[in-house]
Parts: sequence; C-alpha cells; structure tokens
Amino acid sequence: MTIQSEGRASALPGWLFKLGKLTATVAFTLFGLLLVTFLIGRVVPVDPVLSVVGDRASPSTYEKVYLELGLDRPLYEQFYLYAKKAVTGDFGESLLTKKPIISDLARAFPATLELATVGIIIGTLLGIPAGVWAAVRQGRLIDQLVRIFGLVGYSAPIFWLGLMGLLLFYAKWELVAGPGRIDISYEYSFTSTTGLMLLDTAMQGQWAAFRNVVSHIALPACLLGYLSMAYIARMTRSFMLNELAQEYVVTARVKGVAEWRIIWVHALRNAAVPLVTVIALSYANLLEGSVLTETVFAWPGLGQYLTNSLQNADMNAVLGGTLLIGIVFVGLNIFSDLLYTLLDPRVRTRL
Amino acid sequence: MSPLLDVRNLRISFPSRQGPVEVVRGVSFTLGRERLGIVGESGSGKSQTGRALLGLTPPSGRATADRLEFDGVDLRHATPKTWRSLRGARMSMVMQDPKFSLNPVMTIGKQLIEAVKLHGGKAEARDKSLAMLEAVQIRDPERVMAAYPHELSGGMGQRAMIAMMLVTEPDLLIADEPTSALDVTVQIEVLRILDNLVTQRGMGLIFISHDLHLVSTFCDRVLVMYAGQVVEEIDAADLQNARHPYTRGLLNCLPKIEGGVRPLPVLTRDAAWLKAGG
Amino acid sequence: MTSLDTLPAKPGLRQWLLSEQPSSRRQARFGQSYRAWLAFRSNRLGMIGLGIVVVLVLVAIFAGFIAPYDPLTGGDLRTARLLPPSWDHLMGTDDLARDIFSRIVYGSRVTLVVVALVAAIATPVGLLVGTSAGYFGGWVDTVLMRVTDIFLAFPRLILALAFVAALGPGIENAIIAIAITSWPPYARLARAETLTIRNAEHIDAIRLQGASSLRIIWGHVVPLCLPSVIIRVTLDMAGIILTAAGLGFLGLGAQPPQPEWGAMIAAGRRFLIDFWWVATMPGIAIFIVSLGFNFLGDGLRDVLDPKAQK
Repeated sequence: MTIQSEGRASALPGWLFKLGKLTATVAFTLFGLLLVTFLIGRVVPVDPVLSVVGDRASPSTYEKVYLELGLDRPLYEQFYLYAKKAVTGDFGESLLTKKPIISDLARAFPATLELATVGIIIGTLLGIPAGVWAAVRQGRLIDQLVRIFGLVGYSAPIFWLGLMGLLLFYAKWELVAGPGRIDISYEYSFTSTTGLMLLDTAMQGQWAAFRNVVSHIALPACLLGYLSMAYIARMTRSFMLNELAQEYVVTARVKGVAEWRIIWVHALRNAAVPLVTVIALSYANLLEGSVLTETVFAWPGLGQYLTNSLQNADMNAVLGGTLLIGIVFVGLNIFSDLLYTLLDPRVRTRL
Repeated sequence: MSPLLDVRNLRISFPSRQGPVEVVRGVSFTLGRERLGIVGESGSGKSQTGRALLGLTPPSGRATADRLEFDGVDLRHATPKTWRSLRGARMSMVMQDPKFSLNPVMTIGKQLIEAVKLHGGKAEARDKSLAMLEAVQIRDPERVMAAYPHELSGGMGQRAMIAMMLVTEPDLLIADEPTSALDVTVQIEVLRILDNLVTQRGMGLIFISHDLHLVSTFCDRVLVMYAGQVVEEIDAADLQNARHPYTRGLLNCLPKIEGGVRPLPVLTRDAAWLKAGG
Repeated sequence: MTSLDTLPAKPGLRQWLLSEQPSSRRQARFGQSYRAWLAFRSNRLGMIGLGIVVVLVLVAIFAGFIAPYDPLTGGDLRTARLLPPSWDHLMGTDDLARDIFSRIVYGSRVTLVVVALVAAIATPVGLLVGTSAGYFGGWVDTVLMRVTDIFLAFPRLILALAFVAALGPGIENAIIAIAITSWPPYARLARAETLTIRNAEHIDAIRLQGASSLRIIWGHVVPLCLPSVIIRVTLDMAGIILTAAGLGFLGLGAQPPQPEWGAMIAAGRRFLIDFWWVATMPGIAIFIVSLGFNFLGDGLRDVLDPKAQK
C-alpha cells in the first residue's frame, strides 16, 4: 500500500548495467561494420594497387605500393591495420578528389543532414496528424485515403518521383529552383560555419540567399518528407488504434474530458512513446533514400559522393561512406532508445 | 421524490457475423440516493448496462431504451456537450483495474487536477485534489500526486481512481468491479473507503460485481442479472428469501464454514429463464 | 491461395470447406485456406493487387506475343528516334529508336526474374540461419543473431551498393547483393517461430526416435516456419523491385541494352525536359507493379494477422 520504491533504490547499478550493455552492443556492432566493409573491400575485383598507381606504373612502383598497402600480410593483420586506421578516421585518399576521404565525408555530410532533417520534419508534421485522423475515423473515407496515399508512397521509385517533380515543378511551372543546393551567384554571399546552408544564411541575415536555398531544398525535402510521412502515418494510425482501445481513455471520457483532448493529449502522449522509435528509424531510412534523391537533384551530399565514387571504382571512398552511414544508423538507434526512456515513465523508473 | 435515475427497457446489441446479438435485453430499474448492487456472471451484461448509463457503449454497439433519465435529463438524445457536462461533474465511474484505467504517462496529480479543472474550480484545483487524496486515506498525498500510476500499488491506484472520480462531488457513482483486481487483503479496505464517502455525501451508487456476498454487505438493494436480463430484484436484507432459482443457485455456491453441501453444487441453468421478461 | 480460385464453387464443395466439424486434417486445412480466401476476396485493394501481379506474370510469359517490336534493336535512327506516344508506338520511342512499350513488356521478365531469384536465395538462407539459431540456442544462437544484427545495422540499399561495387555491376550481382541484404529479417522471424515450437512434444518425439538435428530442422521445423516467412517475403517484394530499379538507375544493375526499367529511367533522364515520355513510362511500370505487390501484401496481412483485423 505504499509507493513502490525498489526501482529507485537500485537506480544506480541498473543504470550502469544498461550503460555497459549498450557500450558492448555498440562496440560489437561497430566491429561488425568494420569487418563487413573490410571483407567487401577484399573481394573487389579491382586491383587496389593499380587503382593507386595507374596502369603504366613500373613494376618497382607497383611493388612498393603493394607493400605500402600491406597486401603481403595475412588477412587478419590487414584487418587489424584497416580497423586501426578507420578508428582514427583514416580511410585513405579518394582517387577522385585526391583528398583524404574523411574530409570529403565531413564536407558532404552536412548537406545530407540538412536534407534529411527538413524531410523528417515535413514527414512528422504531416504524418502524425494524418495517422491520428485515420485512426479516429477508422474504416471511413479518410482512413482509406491515408492508407492509399501511404501505399503509393511505398510503391513509387523515389528517383522517378524526383525526376517527375523536376519536370513539373521546375521545368514546366518554375515554382522551385533546379538541381543543386544553391545558385552559384549566392554561393559566396555568406560564410559556411555549420555547413547547414539554411542555418548559415539565416544566422548571417542573408535572406536572398536563404530564399534561394529554400527554393532548392523544397522539392527534394518534400519528396523525402512524403516517403517518411507514408511510414509515420501508418504507424501512428496503428499505435493510436491501440491506445484508443485502452481503459484510461474510458476513464478520461468518464471525467468529461473533451474528445479532442482525449485524442491529442491522453492517447497521443502514450502513442508517442513507440512513435519515437518509428521516427528515428525513418530518419535513418531517409539517409538511404538520399543516395537516389541526391543523384537526381545533384545534391552534394553523402549519397552523391557514394555513387560518384562507385562509378569510378573508388573503393576506399565507398567503404568510408558506407561505414559512416552505418555508424549514423547505429547512433540513431541508440538515440531513439534513450528518448524512449525519457518519454516513458515506466522505463524511466526501471533505470 | 423523483428518482435520480430511471431506466426502462434498456437494450444493447452488438453486430456479429450472424446478425446483431443482444447482450442487454430489456433491463429496467430506478435508483434514488441509495446503493444498488448489480450481480451476475461474466457476460451477463452488467458492465455494459453500467457503461450505457454513461453513454459509453462502444461505437460498434447500439443502446436503446424506452426511458433513460438522469435527474430529469433524457440521456437517450443527449448531445456530446450534454454528456460532457454530466460525466465527471454529476455521474462518474470507477473501473476494475487501476493498472489500465489510469493514464500511464501522466502523474496522478495531473490526472486529478484535470478532473477538477474540467468542472470549474481552476484556482483551488490543487488543494482540492490533495484534500480528496486525504479523504481516501492516502497518508502522503503530495508524494502520490507526483507519482506515475505504475509507481503505486493496486490498492493505492484504486484509491487515487476513487479520489479522481469523487473529487467533483457527483450525484451518482458507478463502481464496476472496483476491487476484483486487488489483493483480497486490500479489497475490504478500499470498499469501506468507497462506502463511507458515498454515504457521507448522500450519493447514488451502482455497485457492479460478480460477488453476491460482497454486494449484499455493501448495498441496500440487489439486481441479479442473467444473460442480459434482470431475473430478480430484492432487498439485500431479504437475500436469503430469494425466489429465483438462479439467485438461489448463486447463494448455494458460496462455501459455508459449518458443513454445508459438499461438494459445492454446480450452477444449473434453465433455458426457460431466458424467456422470462425482466 | 490462388489455386483455390479455380475450384468450382459447387454448393457441396463450399459446404465441405466451411464445415464446422472437418473430418480430416486435410479438410480442416483446406477449409481454413478457403475461409482466408473468402476474407481476402472481400478486401478490394488486395484483389486489385492480386490482379496486377497476375497480369505481370502473364505479360512476362507472353512478352513475345504482346510486344509489337523488338526490345533490343531500334528502328531507323534518322526518323524513329524519340518519337512521342502514338498509335504506332504506344509509349513513344527512345534515343535509339526502340519502342518503349516493347521494352517495358520485356522488362517485366527482368523484374520477375529479380524478384524470384532474390526470394529463392534469401528465403532459404534466412530460414536456415533463423531455425538453426532457434533450434540449437546457446552460443550458436548468439553468434548467428549477432551477425544478423550487423547486417541489419546497415541501410539496405547502401549495403547492396557496397556489394555491387565489390562484385562489379550487372544484373546477377545486383540480385546477389539484394539477396545478401534481404535475409536478416527472415532469419529473425524464423528464429522467433522456431523458439515457440522447439520444445513442442512432437519435436521431442522425433528426437527420441534418434533423428539427427539437421533432419529435424529441415524436415520438421522449417515446414512450420515456412508460411509466415513466405508472407513476409511477399510483403518485401515491392521493396525488392524498388531496390533493383534503384541499382539499375545508378547503372549498377542490368546493363544496356537489357530492357531493365530502372536503367531505362536513367537513360531517359538526359531527355527529361524535351522528351518526357522516355523516363516517365518505365517509372509508371515500376510504380504499378510495386503498388500491386504492396496491395497484395497489405491484403494478405489483413487476412492473416488477427491483430491487425480489429
């Protein structure tokens, strides 16, 4: 009959245990990511030496680079070297840009981050209300519409939607700017501090440049937003249906709480707990979607870097990019776990 | 004195693959400021009857009645607005399991204060809530206010629930199996608290339970329901003289300390009971 | 389920199928499938999806009869290049004067082959990994599931890209890459199913008869896991089509002159603004086919997942 306090009494050890487990999982997954990328790099039919020295190198140069790359050593030793370098952020030099891959990645990442973030914001702001609405009107017209709209989003190839978008909104109706992040004429009107152009231009008060950036990002971001919206709306609907069938909803009705408040405060607050994971997951999926979207929109982000490197058989750059996206993926998963803990008082006490 | 609640020929049906199924089939009763028990086995329609009084029949179901009046207000054609002004303020309900009936992500305090604020009294909402928690004999109300439902034991949770339902001082409380999810040791304690509050405030109480014995100790009058119908209505004191075979069957099933029948008799059911109108 | 479609709907048969007291296991199973079919038939989107998939299969089989032109060799480059849609060329012609409609018709074969092969590779791998992990438990389980988790830690398309980059572009390698990235969810599912039946009494009985683990897994555990895994694979097929098209679009899938839809979009991209149909038509084909698989999967889930039915 008293407040159960065993959860709080043992808070510290439980917290430590969870942290330790998390660290172990992360370490193991990162190790796995390294191993997979390493193995992919080894089966590549392109001779890594040739791609460094070129076709016309003398046998002695070839031999020198061969040894430099450590290709004479056993596989596990090669992996050890690879892992050691990767941990310090050394993925080698890009064949294409002749710069360290890590600095290429650092330059490309903000562009992808900006695009995916605007996309997920659009997807969340539209997806949650659509899902809630569909759940409340379950089986009615609006529910069907949201469902079909979502299935269409799942089914259309994103690169094709992008091309169609460019054809209509850019070429035909001239509503938005074309491919790229910004027009050349604005590119040097501000200094890049965060690498996120929306933020940089706004902070420096360069509103003309800001408008130009918005006009460039609008189409690809809406596209990614639509993709994540389809998923978020669907999951919101199913979580809300589950919550609205709970007894505490009846309690709220008995108390005389207005229906909108029951839906948007009582039920949605509960549905928000699992929704966080869904949103984090679709954020991660947008990174994936960005590979194709960036190619279509000539967006100088990770995806375009990856495909350019691919087409030039620049294996180190591909693996570096893959590894980075893998790490971001894992990071987002952990982040959503933590957020979950914050939102759900039941889990919070158990910590 | 006109009754607080007047129910005539209440019927509730749910659609199924074989056409609509009636789970409540013509229930009638009146209620003053007294304690009425509704007893029946699971599926007898007692819970649906309770919910229909609050307009909480699930959307797939259909509730009809010749008369459904609460203190002169016709509930059959009540608008959502009328319902909102009645629910909480004038009639409320305590449900079975506080684990499910309290919102898991809101503190007890927030849920209590919400109930007070909905029906006026914004300024003293917090004081009122604290006082109410004390009234249900919670010794450390401040702490309970800040607690989430999962941090409370079942008995505490149900007291908080009762506090939340009575803080607006309604005229009618429906208690739907309020103690079945609790430990036996806590059951009586929670029931006494409920009983005291209801008597002090002169409220009407509908106590829904499957436990005939429990109901007869805490109520003035008992309705016995079977398969969606009221088969017997009797004063709690007269229960020993119940005439309907189903009621007698229920009474005989209770184990007695001095000998009694052994093994306990099994309830027999008669198809004829289904036809007898309530 | 489709096979039941062709059964004559005689009242006797219907009664036999819907009987509440089936007299044999076969009757019970058929009855269950028939009831599922009845439920599915009332799902309009699911039926549309089934229709689209059936049409896709028919088009792929009879491509030779349907396509009016050769998909690989074009017409006169001086007069028949980049023609807009007309009665002669329903969807216009591309930059090599090839009839786009014919190429799309033949492209359905590529799509079907990709889907079928990915399913044929990924399903057994997932089943084997999942059932072994679930059946043996202990460190086998830990190792196999950790490996599965690592594969799940990469976004699918990115991992497929890396594999294709390593193996070299081409339709076969694209199929292998997609299959490699597809099996982990099936393994998880199969493991979960195995855990629920591992200690069932009939499995114990077989073990006591001295059957080897391999025999038990292959002969008794796998068949029980198969239905749910197959449903999951069906649900994934639209995703497989989109991934394959994406690889094709990036030039990593089917190589020219193969009529692969994704690659066709990439080829049409250069003429997008002046000759919109070249890139638009294959996109519509991908969209309709993957919509069909999505509708079908959605309908199947509604029928077979009792939790979603409510």
